[in-house]
Amino acid sequence: MQISYFTERPYRGLNEDEILKNKAYFAVSNALFDREQAANDYNYYLDEYCYAEELGFDAVALNEHHGNPFCMGSVMNVEASILARITKKVRIVLIGNPLPVLKHPLRMAEELAEIDLISRGRLVTGWVRGAGSEQFFNNANPAYNREMFNEAHDFIVQAWTKPGPWRYEGKHFHYRHVNPWALPYQKPHPPMWIPGVLSPETARWCAEHRYPYLGLGTALGPTCDLWDFYADEAAKHGYQAGPENFGYLIPTFLAETEEKAQEIGKNFVFGGGQNAFSRPEHTLPPGYNSKGAIRMLAKHPGGSWLGVSPEKLRAHSDGGRPDTTDFDTVRQKLLKGYGKAQKNLQLLIGTPESVLPKAKTLLRVLRPSIFVFFNIQGPVGDEDRKTSMRLIAQELTPQLREYAKEIDLVDPFERTPGSVAYRNGVTRDPVVDREPLAALGMAG
Amino acid sequence: MANWTEQKAHIAEAELTLIKGGSGKPLLMLHDELGFPGWMKWNDELAAEHAFVIPLQPGFGKTPRLEWIRSFRDLAGLYSMAVREMGLDPVDVVAFSAGGFIAAEMVAADPKIFDHLILVGPMGLKPEKGEIWDIFPVTIRTHLRATVADPGTTEFGEIYGGEMTPEQFEAFEDARAESARIGWEPYMHNPSLPYLLRGVKNASTLLIRGAEDRIVPPGCIAAYTKAIDGAKSVEIANVGHRPEIENAAEFVKIVQEFLAS
Repeated sequence: MQISYFTERPYRGLNEDEILKNKAYFAVSNALFDREQAANDYNYYLDEYCYAEELGFDAVALNEHHGNPFCMGSVMNVEASILARITKKVRIVLIGNPLPVLKHPLRMAEELAEIDLISRGRLVTGWVRGAGSEQFFNNANPAYNREMFNEAHDFIVQAWTKPGPWRYEGKHFHYRHVNPWALPYQKPHPPMWIPGVLSPETARWCAEHRYPYLGLGTALGPTCDLWDFYADEAAKHGYQAGPENFGYLIPTFLAETEEKAQEIGKNFVFGGGQNAFSRPEHTLPPGYNSKGAIRMLAKHPGGSWLGVSPEKLRAHSDGGRPDTTDFDTVRQKLLKGYGKAQKNLQLLIGTPESVLPKAKTLLRVLRPSIFVFFNIQGPVGDEDRKTSMRLIAQELTPQLREYAKEIDLVDPFERTPGSVAYRNGVTRDPVVDREPLAALGMAG
Repeated sequence: MANWTEQKAHIAEAELTLIKGGSGKPLLMLHDELGFPGWMKWNDELAAEHAFVIPLQPGFGKTPRLEWIRSFRDLAGLYSMAVREMGLDPVDVVAFSAGGFIAAEMVAADPKIFDHLILVGPMGLKPEKGEIWDIFPVTIRTHLRATVADPGTTEFGEIYGGEMTPEQFEAFEDARAESARIGWEPYMHNPSLPYLLRGVKNASTLLIRGAEDRIVPPGCIAAYTKAIDGAKSVEIANVGHRPEIENAAEFVKIVQEFLAS
């Protein structure tokens, strides 16, 4: 079992009204950026990752977003480089580099090789397509997003494994001289874990490449469906998927008392939380989703395959929500969502005692061998953040590790993903356990 | 209402869907970046003396997407082949918005392909002043509303009003995706096009712009009149980017007079 620590590194100096006024984090004007605040935050978060190492987390996870106070990591590889040097044993997991929007896979291969070398082989590198808003921020053509993702990935693997120099003439990328001097410390290259919000195309691609798939706090029922889909695809490629193929990231906040945890935990919906990452018009750029996904969205807008809420889809076709300046009403709605997300186990809030059974349920249902704790959002102080980390590491994690052993959650370092052969004609092993969903009112 | 039909034609190695209707001298119509909106009043008016040929752009739903088309110039090449294979050249053309971009690329490559060239609120050239409105970071509904000065216009409501059906949503998404694929960067213009248009001599060209157009600024019209020798321009008052919808009578009058010249 790999227990990982993750934070979005929220910018903590923004008045919530500014986000509500903008109806999203993305596109809040950087006229509101405070350099001193940001300098403090960046340095604090690096220290916080070191603290995670001290506490015994197996890995620290970083991500990247652009033009967005929701996440300060706009160039994740810079932070990863620093951590490669100042940490000693923790794995550095990138979830992940947005290949299509960065548009320079050779440079990416070089950057990551350096990080892996400096850390002496502690890098786990993941790839993402980049959120919709990032297509606009980086002026990356969304209609070619999937193609560029696939091509950039294939190129990087080649750049790390095929002796150079060689020439590359692809569809979207072209290089005259591929011969990066620095190659990754790990042979043939660092492991790759792929985060996602339940796009079947990404799951199919992961299964094909035998890469573990990490659900990013996705709803339990649809996540079970996607795990099954992955496992079916894996069987087509001749292997039996298992816990080593799956990871799950869960927003979590613990405190010494239930009341305090519940109060501070509300910061997960600060400014609207993840649902307010970007406005509908920035979430669904043209051509970003496949035709099949668009068809499914158009006919079943209640579906959650793409991480797009029905409200966002409606707004996309009807022109957006009416303007409102009644932020108190908005906040009340957000708090309702906060309660619902806890009930659905998409948020873990409480004391170690109250959260343990919920975390165990997640492990039992989804059987992930990579479990990532996502720390609180919003302007929460350092001490409260660290208390939550300490409680997770010292009071929750030991019991989860025991439970993981009990139910045999073998991780990708213990068993190579894709290494268990699947025999044609035999029913594949189950990868999820839906039984507890009925008690949670999520069966079906 | 004139008789119009939808036909499939294997043209220029593509399975192109064409709308055909009316009678008389052929009139090629190139629709805009939102796709063919259906047969409209102005089509009806002109169909008495003109035989419309309306290709539905590859990737917009009816005509399959062609993998090799990666720019408006590529698309113009396909349409030029289609015009030649159908034996239409030189043909009259009326082209709207991004369709105007396609027509401009066609005439730049083959100055004799059109008899009369009518560009309505055309994209394709970097405006001398201002910017072409960005259609991509907005919702479909916002985009639609921005195309007209008065969303209360009856025919606009008939075409785009009411709740959007899943089929309409998918069609708009197809159109937006394909427009992004070929027009994302540089945004809906080609920096080399004005230079190539300077080689077009004696083409009978008319530029039409709605005075309240929020999509294509006057600077685009200025760039076209500068690039195409002898191009004339006309502005229709109180209408936006869709003069053919908001003032069909005036639009038809202008087009008829020009085509008769």
